[in-house]
Amino acid sequence: MSRGADASDGSTDRHPLFLPLVVLGGLIQGFGLAYSGMARPEVVLDFLQFDDLGLILVMGGAAVVSGITFFVATTFLDRAPLTGDRYTRRMRSMDRNVAIGGVVFGVGWGVSGICPGAAYASLGIGNLPILWGIAGMFIGAYLQGYWRSRIRTDAAASVTADD
Amino acid sequence: MIEGALEAAMAFFPRGTTQYLVGGVMVAAGIAVIYLGTAIIPGNSTFLETTLSYVSKVSRFNRPSYLASRDWRVVFALSIVAGAALWGLVLDPGPFVTRVQPWRLFGGGVLVGIGTRIGKGCTAGHGVCGLGSASVTSLVNVVLFVGVAIVTATVVAALGVTP
Repeated sequence: MSRGADASDGSTDRHPLFLPLVVLGGLIQGFGLAYSGMARPEVVLDFLQFDDLGLILVMGGAAVVSGITFFVATTFLDRAPLTGDRYTRRMRSMDRNVAIGGVVFGVGWGVSGICPGAAYASLGIGNLPILWGIAGMFIGAYLQGYWRSRIRTDAAASVTADD
Repeated sequence: MIEGALEAAMAFFPRGTTQYLVGGVMVAAGIAVIYLGTAIIPGNSTFLETTLSYVSKVSRFNRPSYLASRDWRVVFALSIVAGAALWGLVLDPGPFVTRVQPWRLFGGGVLVGIGTRIGKGCTAGHGVCGLGSASVTSLVNVVLFVGVAIVTATVVAALGVTP
C-alpha cells in the first residue's frame, strides 16, 4: 500500500485526500446499505417473492440520484479535482458474457439473497454467517478468473501447438 | 380513489418505505462522493478479483488496472463494513444474524462471484451506476438478473426451503 508499490503498479502518485475520500464514500454507502435493510438477506428474498418491494426503492432511488450526479458532472464539470481525470458515465460493451453473467448472478442472488456490496455491509451489522457467502463469492470470482485465464492461454497456445 | 390506490400500493411495503428511500439515496451519495472527487465509479464486485491478486498469480487478477486499484478497493470494502457497523452496532444496536441457511449463502455466493465477474458488474455497478448512466448493457444485465432471481427464489421457496 506504499506509494512506491503504487508507482510500480502503473498508477500515478495519488492526491493525499484520495484514500480519505474513498473511506468517506464507503462509510456513507455502508451505512445506507445497513439502514435500508439490504444487508439482511431476508429483506432481499422478500422482494424476490413480492412480499416487500422495498428493494426497488433502494436500487431505483440510488440509480436516479446517481443519474443526476453523472449528468451534472459530465455536463457542467470538467475534471475531477483529486485525479485530474474527466468525468464519464458507466458504459460497458454489450456481448454474450453480459447476458450469461446476468443469468448466473440471478440464480446466485435468488438462492442466497446476497450481492457483493450488501454482503460487506452485512458483516458490519454483525451477521457472521455472511462469511459463508463472502467466501463463496471469492471462490466464484477465482473460478471464473482461473477459467478465463486458461482459455486465453489455450487459445494462444493452439496457434503454435495443436494438441 | 387515489387514497385507495395508495393503500393498495402500501400493501407491497409492509416495512414502510422511508428506510428504503433514505438508504438508497445514501448508497448513491457514497458513490457520488468518490465520483465527484476522483471521476472513479466504484463498483463492489471488482474488489473480489483485485483482492485475489494478493494471493494468486492467475493473469486475469494481475492486470495493471487491477494492481493499481486493489489497495483502495480493499479500503473501500472495509469502509462499507465500518459504515454498516456504525448503523447496525452503534446507532441501532443489536447484531443481526441471518436465518438463511449457510449452504444457500455459500452456494449462492459462488454463483454471485462467477456471475458478477463474467457479467461485468453487480447490483451496484450495473443496477445503480449502469442504470444511472442509461446504459443499455446494464439494463439487459439487470433485467436478466432480477428476473432470474425472482424465478429462482420462488422455486427454492416452493421446494419448501425456509429460510
